[in-house]
Amino acid sequence: MSNANEQMAARYKNNFLKEIEEQAEMGEWVKMCMQCGVCSGSCPTNFHPGWDHPPQEIFMMIRAGKREEVLTSNSMWMCTSCYNCYVRCPRKLPITHIMHGIAEYAYRLGVAPKFQPTLHLSQTFWNNCTKTGRVNEVKLTQSLYFKDGFMAGIKKGLEMKDVALGLVKAKRLNIMEALGGGHKCKDIKGIQAMLAKAKELEAKRKAAKAAA
Amino acid sequence: MAAEKKHAAYICSGCGLGERLDIAALEAAAKKEGKMQVVKTHAFLCSAEGVAMIRNDIDNDGVTHVAICACSRRAKTEAFNFPTTAISRGNLREGVIWVRPDTDEARETTQEMAEDYVRMACAEVKAMTQPSGNPNTGMNKTLLVVGGGMSGMTSALEAAKAGYKVVLVEKTGALGGWAAKLYKRVPTREPFKAPQDNGVADLVAQIEADANIKVYLNSTLAKTAGAPGRFKVDIAMESGPTVTEDIGAIVQATGFSLYDANKLPHLGYGKSPHVVDQAGLEELARAANGGVMKRADGKEVKSVVFVQCAGQRDATGEHLSYCSGYCCNTSVKQAMYFKDANPDVDCVVLYTDLRTPGNGEDFYRSAQNKGVIFSKGVVSEVVPGGNACTVKFHDLILDDKAAQIEADLVVLATGVVPNSGVNIDAVPAAPAEATEGAAPVVEEKPISILNLDYRQGPDIPQFKFGFTDSHFICFPYETRRTAIYTAGPVRRPMDIAQAQEDATGAAMKAIQAMENAGLGKAAHPRAGDLSFPTARLEGCTQCKRCTVECPFGAIDEDEKRFPLFNESRCRRCGTCMGACPVRVISFENYSVNTVGAQIKAVNIPDEFSEKPRILILACENDAYPALDMAAMNRNEYSAFVRAIPVRCLGSVNTIWITDALNSGYDGVMLMGCKHGEEYQCHFVKGSELGRYRLSKVGDTLKNMNLEAERVFDLEVAITDIDTLPRKINDYAAKIQEIGMSPFKGF
Repeated sequence: MSNANEQMAARYKNNFLKEIEEQAEMGEWVKMCMQCGVCSGSCPTNFHPGWDHPPQEIFMMIRAGKREEVLTSNSMWMCTSCYNCYVRCPRKLPITHIMHGIAEYAYRLGVAPKFQPTLHLSQTFWNNCTKTGRVNEVKLTQSLYFKDGFMAGIKKGLEMKDVALGLVKAKRLNIMEALGGGHKCKDIKGIQAMLAKAKELEAKRKAAKAAA
Repeated sequence: MAAEKKHAAYICSGCGLGERLDIAALEAAAKKEGKMQVVKTHAFLCSAEGVAMIRNDIDNDGVTHVAICACSRRAKTEAFNFPTTAISRGNLREGVIWVRPDTDEARETTQEMAEDYVRMACAEVKAMTQPSGNPNTGMNKTLLVVGGGMSGMTSALEAAKAGYKVVLVEKTGALGGWAAKLYKRVPTREPFKAPQDNGVADLVAQIEADANIKVYLNSTLAKTAGAPGRFKVDIAMESGPTVTEDIGAIVQATGFSLYDANKLPHLGYGKSPHVVDQAGLEELARAANGGVMKRADGKEVKSVVFVQCAGQRDATGEHLSYCSGYCCNTSVKQAMYFKDANPDVDCVVLYTDLRTPGNGEDFYRSAQNKGVIFSKGVVSEVVPGGNACTVKFHDLILDDKAAQIEADLVVLATGVVPNSGVNIDAVPAAPAEATEGAAPVVEEKPISILNLDYRQGPDIPQFKFGFTDSHFICFPYETRRTAIYTAGPVRRPMDIAQAQEDATGAAMKAIQAMENAGLGKAAHPRAGDLSFPTARLEGCTQCKRCTVECPFGAIDEDEKRFPLFNESRCRRCGTCMGACPVRVISFENYSVNTVGAQIKAVNIPDEFSEKPRILILACENDAYPALDMAAMNRNEYSAFVRAIPVRCLGSVNTIWITDALNSGYDGVMLMGCKHGEEYQCHFVKGSELGRYRLSKVGDTLKNMNLEAERVFDLEVAITDIDTLPRKINDYAAKIQEIGMSPFKGF
């Protein structure tokens, strides 16, 4: 995978902006930023504690050619998709989508930060939900709780047990899901085929772009 | 004018005046103390019937002087328009009943106020005569335009289209000015996305085709003498004779020069041929003519950096401290020269604040779309290298102090310096001490543009940074020389579109000034005023204060060193009248006497009455309208004040204040416009000069053993409708605290 990264770096040499424009989804919008800072000012996360760079800075860094710093940054992964910046941008940049586009590009190149919680959640969620076409909440919770080891998982589970019991009582959580029961999509094969086709199409499109 | 004077007072009882006031007592005041021969009351004086009554008395009964005691002098001016008759107005409505509560306790003081205003109106009209108009008029209606750039050509064409003859003088051998040097200009039309033709050829063709416009190329003004409507201008041609043209009004559109990039060695200018200013880039663009952009050495430019605010917005004071307003759009345009010829050229604009006025925002977005990179940063240094330059800058977004870019070409946006000629207010620098052996210092002397034959100096007075002075808020094209207007970047930094708008406005104002001058009327702000100042020379001590203080350079000196008024240049502010220590200057309808008589006409109750009297001298342009509007909003104020409008604070003669205090007034409030760098005075310098003069009143107060607070200078803007009544009341309370003046009853 890091091969892809090296290839791209070599191909675009000093023009990281062009690379983002051509390779990342919504990347063509980056050049239209006018550096007013409304996006950064609107972000409810306030950029702490984990943010490396607010969106305005990310855009500026792209223009300044700071490839390594941008692609390995955790900023894009910290976005909560609240769309505050998106609706407020005076230049109408789809900032939330640009951030996701860059995140996805970094992931595709294999340079996204390892052990990033959002990245982990996204991957876990995707695997979980595409399996049966519906989210298996017990298993999803399990895999998140036990991410940092067995003991940590037990500890977290005990911490949350009252909430879980409440959910079970209110029939919001089906314990059977732990054993592979629970709700599923009617046509599992169908939806999996659909997703596979979509993935194939997207891969083809991206490969064509990368090869162009 | 009839030799016999007959004075009449007309009192209106409409608009609630009859209900609130004792009209019979007002009539008695007009008759007894006002000494009016005719006193009449009408229930609706501004109606056709009421006006006809006055008209009839003027036409058939020999009435020559009319005191109308009704509403403010600013109301019903069309109804009460009797051009042959001297008129004063007693302000009973806005000045009295609208600012007083309708209560039994207030009735007595309100009535006293009204009676005083009736007496004042009677006293004023008796002291004045109806102005007959300036006899020294000039009927010339030819407009002189100085400068053949975009602004000048636009002024000339607009005036010609309006049917006036124009003389256009251009220093160089061709029309077009700066715009002619541009490869293209910033777009002026939808969709504002690409540079467009500079438009010079079109304007030049229109001028050449216009029979009303006479063009002098390679020419300058050797001398400008005379006054509005009758200027005599000597035009010196580079090769050939000096021609004298008769001119009615002048538009000075002398434009700007680029700030000298040689003063910016740290940005590499002069050290490397690959650092150019914006004019240098236009040259390269014209050479490329749409093809790939090449540098001076013929190499194709692959990367270019634009440095904004080079030598501008400089806080150190070494370079220009202002923003020139157009350079951001120009750099956007110039970056497009590169991108349009070859999209692979790296164009970076380094800016601190990108300012794109007008529709520049669309243009800016279009450049971003074309791939021009805009980075927020301050350039510290441009290091010229063999084949490329290194631009070192502080990236303000990433706070990277050591950021740098390599570029084949660097363009500096250096901004404008106005071509405004000689600064007539400059204090001459002390001559440098001659050091033996040292080379003599060659002093660069600015060359006069207009060469005015005025006592006050050869050019238009300047404001900040060498731009010509004009009233930014109300009268942007006016200068402090009547019928001489400035337009374009000589007035303030601006782009072509703004300059053309400016030039059109200035041409229209110039036409107005020529027409008014021909009729013997004043230009703005007292447009149409027929009065003009005269001096009783027998009393003149030749102190020259009037000639020095006149904000408009209207007064010269004759061969016997007496003041010589150029009525057509005069704006009728009365600053000369306020300045005159021996009080020999007056207007027919505005003089030391007309105001002095009003001051004396007020009835001063005795020391034990607990009714102080406060005189308000209010500027008629801002403070008096503010008082009127406060009245319209029924914002009440003290019944102890008596307001007299003055043409300008500059026209206030200190004798009025001394007289008022001597005759027992307890306080004097002066209301004038803001002065200084952000002045709002309609006569530019009037309020400043007036205030300076009145700052000396302290000595008078000390001699009279009076408290300093008895004279109060208040800065008033026309919008102070709510605060002004409060300030009046505060002052009245303060006067009551200080106590009554000991000068009553003498």
